[in-house]
Amino acid sequence: MSTLTLASRRHYLNVDFAIRSWLLTTDHKRIAILYALSITFMFVFGGFAASAMRLELLQPDGDLVDPQTYNKLFTTHGVIMVWFFLIPSIPSVLGNFLVPLMIGARDVAFPRLNLLSWYIYVVGALFTIWVLVDGGVDTGWTFYTPFSTSASTTNVVATALGVFIVGFSSILTGLNFIVTIHRMRAPGLTWFRLPLFLWSLYATSVIMLLATPVLAITLLLVAAERVLRVGFFDPALGGDPLLFQNLFWFYSHPAVYIMILPGMGVTSELIAAFARKPVFGYRYVAVASVAIAVLGFLVWGHHMFVSGASAHAALMFSVLSYLVAIPSAIKVFNWTATLFRGAIEFHTPLLYALGFIGLFTIGGLTGLFLASLAVDVDVHGTYFVVAHFHYIMVGGMVMAYMGGLHYWWPKITGRLYDEMWARVAAVTIFLGFNLTFFPQYILGYLGMPRRYHSYPEEFQILNVLSTAGASILAVGYVLPLVYLLASLRWGRVAGPNPWDARGLEWETSSPPARDNFLAQPVVSGPPYDYPER
Amino acid sequence: MTTLNADIAERETAELGMWVFLATEVMLFGGLFTAYTVYRAIYPVGFAEGSRLLDLTLGTVNTVVLIVSSGTMALAVSAARLGQRRLVRVVLVATALLGLVFLAIKALEYQHHLAEGLVPGLAWHYSAARANEVQLFMLAYFAMTGLHAIHLTIAVGLVLFATWFRTRLEILALYWHFVDVIWIFLLPLLYLFGLQA
Amino acid sequence: MTRRTYLVVDAAVLLLALVSVALAHTDLHGFNAAAALAIAATKAALIAIFFMELKLAGPVPRVVAAASVFWLAILVVGTMDDVLTRAWLPIPGK
Repeated sequence: MSTLTLASRRHYLNVDFAIRSWLLTTDHKRIAILYALSITFMFVFGGFAASAMRLELLQPDGDLVDPQTYNKLFTTHGVIMVWFFLIPSIPSVLGNFLVPLMIGARDVAFPRLNLLSWYIYVVGALFTIWVLVDGGVDTGWTFYTPFSTSASTTNVVATALGVFIVGFSSILTGLNFIVTIHRMRAPGLTWFRLPLFLWSLYATSVIMLLATPVLAITLLLVAAERVLRVGFFDPALGGDPLLFQNLFWFYSHPAVYIMILPGMGVTSELIAAFARKPVFGYRYVAVASVAIAVLGFLVWGHHMFVSGASAHAALMFSVLSYLVAIPSAIKVFNWTATLFRGAIEFHTPLLYALGFIGLFTIGGLTGLFLASLAVDVDVHGTYFVVAHFHYIMVGGMVMAYMGGLHYWWPKITGRLYDEMWARVAAVTIFLGFNLTFFPQYILGYLGMPRRYHSYPEEFQILNVLSTAGASILAVGYVLPLVYLLASLRWGRVAGPNPWDARGLEWETSSPPARDNFLAQPVVSGPPYDYPER
Repeated sequence: MTTLNADIAERETAELGMWVFLATEVMLFGGLFTAYTVYRAIYPVGFAEGSRLLDLTLGTVNTVVLIVSSGTMALAVSAARLGQRRLVRVVLVATALLGLVFLAIKALEYQHHLAEGLVPGLAWHYSAARANEVQLFMLAYFAMTGLHAIHLTIAVGLVLFATWFRTRLEILALYWHFVDVIWIFLLPLLYLFGLQA
Repeated sequence: MTRRTYLVVDAAVLLLALVSVALAHTDLHGFNAAAALAIAATKAALIAIFFMELKLAGPVPRVVAAASVFWLAILVVGTMDDVLTRAWLPIPGK
């Protein structure tokens, strides 16, 4: 450990304590922290909505809330978790912090746009929270027409506007990452020497940029139709409600890859660091990230198999959905091969990474079940789908976020957290997660529809198990809030590289100085150059 | 030499940023182009009928105005590269004026539509056999030209800003030309397809 | 690029616009739409290559420009595939 205490050295956190210096910062590391605080707040909000739903579902004809309120709850949960937590989480927190560090740069290409993206996020978030609290919206996060455009009596326009606003935060973040990675890499840092986290963020940014604008215009059209009482999706005019679904899912399917690709990138970093080996098949994993981004744009129709879309389109989209699973599978095989004969150290980040691989694989395989037309006809709109995407988003993505947070915590804060409590939390989260969501696969297969506040009696035991799991999961999420914050005050001071990992971010102090590096780093070899074993 | 390289590098970075942004704009308009294409395919006769309700003369004049404005914008960039400050300012003002002419003509068109009861949701008094299809066409027309007009207004504002304050003109020019390119597609899609139906 | 180039390209784009309007008044036996869009695409390409200086740009801006057009095509083609083929195959069970 360094003989210098944290306080005696100047770094990006203590260079200026004034509120102004935080609210007007253009330092990518401070912007990352601002995002971290914001998305944690939104996560709690979205979590409360989910908790209320699980409480309601304890009883078959539970009347904790009336049906419309239940609809508002699952809409709130979806809107918040998708747009205000999952999509920004790894890119805007870990990405913002690490992209310049990992390429040996002082900051991103457009630091002021970066700050603007956070303000846009905050405006969108505050606006949406206000709307969701003041009357709410009951259309589901998917805003299907014509219910959202004509029949719903809730705050559709305002919610659509809130999501419209926050979309620009996404677009600016993606724009910054693309230009930064193209233009600001250190000398010697060729594309195939980039850490895999950056490959996945690059792929994520491509999706953010090309998909989000379509959501923006679609939500504007929905809002306009409500205001004008006439519009593109109005069946009375001969409008096609499926047009909405095509436009919406053109964005929202790639959006799920926006959510998972960064998690895959983090997993690559964690596996390499804690097996102390280069990632097996590095090039294949890098190219697979780009392949997922591209192929992910070609499968949106699989959300519309039973909506009345053409059977021909359904066939095309089904085949393409099978194709998009291939690069994901390649990654899982490569991570596994990386672990093989590695010098495994079961630190907390690795626990999360292993959880990611297992749970993402289960979620991904059930995605293939859903891609099969025959199966989907049966389980579309049931808890099977709910379980599928929660295995990927919570079992996968959130665990990757937690793993990355723990791995880079010493770099971000200069402190080490308590390892015992961290492991307890990781295991609690893993167990709580599976108890919450595995019963939902069974419920869906048995026919329980999603978005219903009541259900037949025979489904109660599985619902009770699920709710029990949710309470354990909640405890698991509260624990890190406690011990991570505690580490800021009482944690051991971390050195520049507490994991003895490879990567440019580990070649500077923890926390880094305002301008990241004292001298321009130069790269002369491949990433993950751990000693041969 | 290093300062020149740094300047070039900064300019290229800003240019890449603008191109990436323009890609997002393509997709933003793309949602509307998709809606238009879908309904044109389902209701070709109704859409042709709607197209004939537009003023082709004004649409053509506007097309000429924007194409000339792209020329003046390119001239401004060339003058800036040669350090001809006064010429830059004159040509930028000309560009902005052309943009304003376009917007004025568009406003005139919109006023005509309002007077004729062809504005869905606000003043719709069209009653023929295919009134619903024509209404879908007019929705597409207002959405696409409206979004375009918003972008042009922002562009005019930025050009006026650039006449007084130092701006990366090449970057602004990219945006201006993009607004022109969008209109280049709006002309045939909205104005030209009704004449042969 | 020289001012002469800009002038020539501008004139060409203007000419193409007027041609396109004139052609719209002519019966091209079902090819009116294709002709109008082809002319528009040519005009757009001229503006992109000469005014937006893709001719002088490196590979990255060119790929970005091409990708944006390609992605728009994915959106339109994918949606149209659904719309145009709804009558082709029966939905099983219906």
